[in-house]
Amino acid sequence: MAIADQKVQEFSERLVTAEEIKGRSLWQDASRRFFRNKAAFASLIVLTLVVLFTFVGPYFAVWSNEEIDWSVLGQVPTKGVPSFESGHFFGTDDLGRDLYSRVIQGTQISLLVGIIGAGIAVLVGTFYGAVAGYFGGRIDSAMMRTVDILLAIPYMFILILLLMVFGRSVLMLFVGIGLVSWLGMARIVRGQTLSIKNKEFVEAALVTGVHPFTIIFRHIVPNLLGVVAVYATLLVPEMILTESFISFLGLGVQEPNTSWGALISQGASTIQYGTLWQLLFPLFFFVISLFSFYFIGDGLRDALDPKDR
Amino acid sequence: MKHTLIRTSAYALGVASIALFGLSAQAAMVPAGATLADDQTFTMRVLSEFDAIDPQLSETVDAAGVERDLFEGLFNQDAEGNLVPGVALSYDLSDDKTVYTFHLRPEAMWSDGNPVTAGDFEYAWKRLADPATGSPYQWYVTIMGLKNGDAVTAGDMPLDDLGVKAIDDHTLEVTLEQPTPYFTKTTVNASTFPVPKWVIDEYGDDWTLPEHIVGNGAYILTEHVPNERLVRERNPKYWDDAHTVITKTTSLIINDENIALARWKAGEVDRTEVPTGQFPTLKSEYPDSALSAPRLCTYYYWYNETDTGPEALKDVRVRQALSYAVDRNVITDQILQGGQFPAYTFTPAATAGFTPPSVPFGEMTQAERDEKAKELMAAAGYGADNPLAFDLNYNTSEAHKQIATVIAQMWKTKLGVDATLVNMEGQTYFSELRNGNFDVARSGWCGDYNEASTFLDLVRTDSGQNDGHYSNAEVDALMAEAKTMEDPNANYEKVEQIIAEDMPIIPVYHYATSFMIDPGLAQSWPLGNVEQNWYSKDLYRIAK
Amino acid sequence: MINFVIRRIGIAIPTLLILIAISFFLMHAAPGGPFNSERGVPPEVLANLNAKYGLDQPLIVQLWNYIWDIITKFDFGPSMVFKTRTVNDIIAQGFPVTFTYGTWSFVVAVVVGVSLGVAAAVNHNSWLDYIAVGISIGAQVLPNFVLAPILVLIFTLGLHWLPGGGWNGGHWPYPVMPIIALSTSFMASIARITRSSMLEVLHSNFIRTARAKGLPKNTVIWKHAFKPSLLPVISYLAPAFVGMITGSVVVDVYFSTGGMGQLFVASATSRDYSTMMGITILYGVLTIVFNMLADILYAWIDPKIRL
Repeated sequence: MAIADQKVQEFSERLVTAEEIKGRSLWQDASRRFFRNKAAFASLIVLTLVVLFTFVGPYFAVWSNEEIDWSVLGQVPTKGVPSFESGHFFGTDDLGRDLYSRVIQGTQISLLVGIIGAGIAVLVGTFYGAVAGYFGGRIDSAMMRTVDILLAIPYMFILILLLMVFGRSVLMLFVGIGLVSWLGMARIVRGQTLSIKNKEFVEAALVTGVHPFTIIFRHIVPNLLGVVAVYATLLVPEMILTESFISFLGLGVQEPNTSWGALISQGASTIQYGTLWQLLFPLFFFVISLFSFYFIGDGLRDALDPKDR
Repeated sequence: MKHTLIRTSAYALGVASIALFGLSAQAAMVPAGATLADDQTFTMRVLSEFDAIDPQLSETVDAAGVERDLFEGLFNQDAEGNLVPGVALSYDLSDDKTVYTFHLRPEAMWSDGNPVTAGDFEYAWKRLADPATGSPYQWYVTIMGLKNGDAVTAGDMPLDDLGVKAIDDHTLEVTLEQPTPYFTKTTVNASTFPVPKWVIDEYGDDWTLPEHIVGNGAYILTEHVPNERLVRERNPKYWDDAHTVITKTTSLIINDENIALARWKAGEVDRTEVPTGQFPTLKSEYPDSALSAPRLCTYYYWYNETDTGPEALKDVRVRQALSYAVDRNVITDQILQGGQFPAYTFTPAATAGFTPPSVPFGEMTQAERDEKAKELMAAAGYGADNPLAFDLNYNTSEAHKQIATVIAQMWKTKLGVDATLVNMEGQTYFSELRNGNFDVARSGWCGDYNEASTFLDLVRTDSGQNDGHYSNAEVDALMAEAKTMEDPNANYEKVEQIIAEDMPIIPVYHYATSFMIDPGLAQSWPLGNVEQNWYSKDLYRIAK
Repeated sequence: MINFVIRRIGIAIPTLLILIAISFFLMHAAPGGPFNSERGVPPEVLANLNAKYGLDQPLIVQLWNYIWDIITKFDFGPSMVFKTRTVNDIIAQGFPVTFTYGTWSFVVAVVVGVSLGVAAAVNHNSWLDYIAVGISIGAQVLPNFVLAPILVLIFTLGLHWLPGGGWNGGHWPYPVMPIIALSTSFMASIARITRSSMLEVLHSNFIRTARAKGLPKNTVIWKHAFKPSLLPVISYLAPAFVGMITGSVVVDVYFSTGGMGQLFVASATSRDYSTMMGITILYGVLTIVFNMLADILYAWIDPKIRL
């Protein structure tokens, strides 16, 4: 019996060290595999180009994002069309403001919102869900009922109170985004954790008395990364569009600044009126960026899948 | 009768003309030679669900539109907004001009067959004033000037002390606090419509459900699916049903104006509003359908003149400069483009019996105004080295955003003023406005009745709607005096001149209503009615 | 399992009470009120209105009365904006609408999404995979507020095939566009989660063992791989289903369906406290119930998970 115990322990220790050794190579391995994935690699390039464009683009702009072209105002469908002559490469919005500059500035904000929102979701949601799922019982119950409450609370009033107490700022926009972004992630991660924690390797680690948080970080989280990566890419567009709602309340992006959400919804509202470019340019950047995020997420999933080595 | 009634010549004329008009202007006036279409139904778009279909409990314009079809008050309006007899045929006025005695139409009938009596009006008006009713329109009693109205609404006096009393079934006596020249005009408002006490007593709040409701209007409610549709059909018991043409009016709730326009184009609705800026294009595409007419509303910006407001805006030169630099023609002709009018006075020119005076800055060209604005700003000590900066608040909406953006750009380019645009969700916005937490903020006002005081009362020191807290003793005195004057216009003109000088607000534009309507119905739409009080019973559809 | 359900219901009650209390205080702390409008009402009129709806009492008393009326009479109070209607009426009218189009959208999203996801995973890196991925990202990146007006322009204005809005008791073909607009992005999300989860399961040791034993591919996929791959999908679906049956603002606004999505936003923006609370409680109950169902499904998918 004692010998058997000892054997199990030795075996587990070896497992642990093996994991550690592999742990280092995991990342190297993953990055090698990621860059071998053509779609993921191409997407990374596209996304980099989009980001570069937002920094280089302004040097070619003829108009700022807030200047009104008074000669266009009132005749946008005819005079606001995209043209190199007028300097409005992407045309103008309904107020005769340059869409090229507005798309560039909106892209910066929205990419930031999408990445930070998804980032908060990944960090907070993964940790929260993994802890709840791993410990189970009362801890799980308390933590997940808290998520239920947070899912059901009328979010709008929290945002309004944030506005009243802290005033408007880009920081508050991220606070607002961060408040909700992680809830769905926490539920998904916790569900996965419930299943993973019963796997042999976790039980083995448990038997050897590895600290619970070490188990969570070393054994559970790596096995969650696939789902987390995919769900994070689903969250990106969601967060980008949530920004519009937060800005509607007055907490987020303020005129004359704009965002993809604002530009796309404005463009969508005028599709009947012959100013289709107002929808297509922002939508184009939104779409290619989301495609890129998707393939990057998918590439990460493939690269990080611990079973796939 | 305890009052000695005499008919003053002026009012006798009024009564006589009302009676004459009533014969011709009351119902749908189909022109001779026009062929009516076989289908006499009318489908219109409304923005959102009705708050209630109860005349004393609702407060929205859309609900009032339905109530004008389902109920009928003392007077209606014709296509030009003139009073025409509704349930009242005529009235007498006491020589101190505080007691009105209305003679009601004996044949008027509720849809359940009961006669419409003076008691129904007394009940309805007391219901409006009763604190227990909880009417959001309770303040209208004060606007009407009913005797003891304030004390009754505050609960300090019993309901029976309100200045309304049924003398007999067909005689209604109304006593006012003081002579109020525009009183009869207030009786076209839906909150003054009679309601059937016996039905309300039986069903409580459910009395307005289609299966219970009883009305005295030209139509009866036949279907109401909240947030989707409301249908009313001809009431055969209505006294003038013989001259009514439209058989059925349907209101469809369509929140999005662009979708509503697409559905209009697809023929699903007969009438819908024109989205901002689209009027010229639609007019050239559908010349017979795109209509626009002035409305009794003004769009303006308040300056915060309280202690919480910025010091700079307490300087009249700054207020003038900012107002002068706003090129109103750009806003009406290049942004709104729906027939709106540049505003230099608070009161719209469309107001009955009042021609706004020409104010000095309204007479200048925009170049002159811009020049003057720069001088004034320099004189006030603001310029490139000391730029003026403040917040410009508006509640979130595409149109408010557009106007604020353009005005802020005008200020920036002409005066170097840095106005930060601040949008807020509506409730937050209004509450910040009331609490004085703003620098410059947008506002809009539509006349409660068609007379200049409905606008100019706002700049009185003690007005509840004076959100900028402008205060000028002379304005207060002029407005107080105007209350009882036979012809108050001279005072109103003086107040407008003072506003143009003190500039407590920046008048931006006077509204127009612009909408698409089926060409067959276009002819009967009362475009000349600046309050846009329309009645289904006056419409008709001409065959194509 | 019965023990589990009883235990969860036991926890649900305090959870709901906390939700009610937090929401109640949040709502009242926000600026504005149901009688605060652009015009504003005089103070004495406001006082009468507040008295009629009990808003003149201390908040804690209001909260107590509110909860008491729910427990004793199942009465969620009168609406403060729709003056002649009660919250019970309003929800009884709006919920069936959203429940109908929400459930249909859910069915469409799950059937199409899971099929696409499984097809893509099983044929990993084949043309079928690329098409499925293409469809699901395409559906994901087109926001429904862009999709909705496009649908109306094509099917109503262009082709005259479908009515541009209205619900009409849910009769065909009124729910078609709402269901398309609501299901699209959920379908895309479900497809992507299913695909990634399925891939993971297909690469796991036990499936490799099964394949190595020479079991036919289809048997392996449907008997062994399918069920475990549903786990993250279930986690996603529980809140998604609640979201769908409680309505979508975009669907209600663009298609005039008269459902709860628009009602929820309208009552929040107009500070219709009672309607807002009613919808919040409904939403809370559904969230708790469906997350409980998700937990039960976890145990079905993976018997090692203890309830």
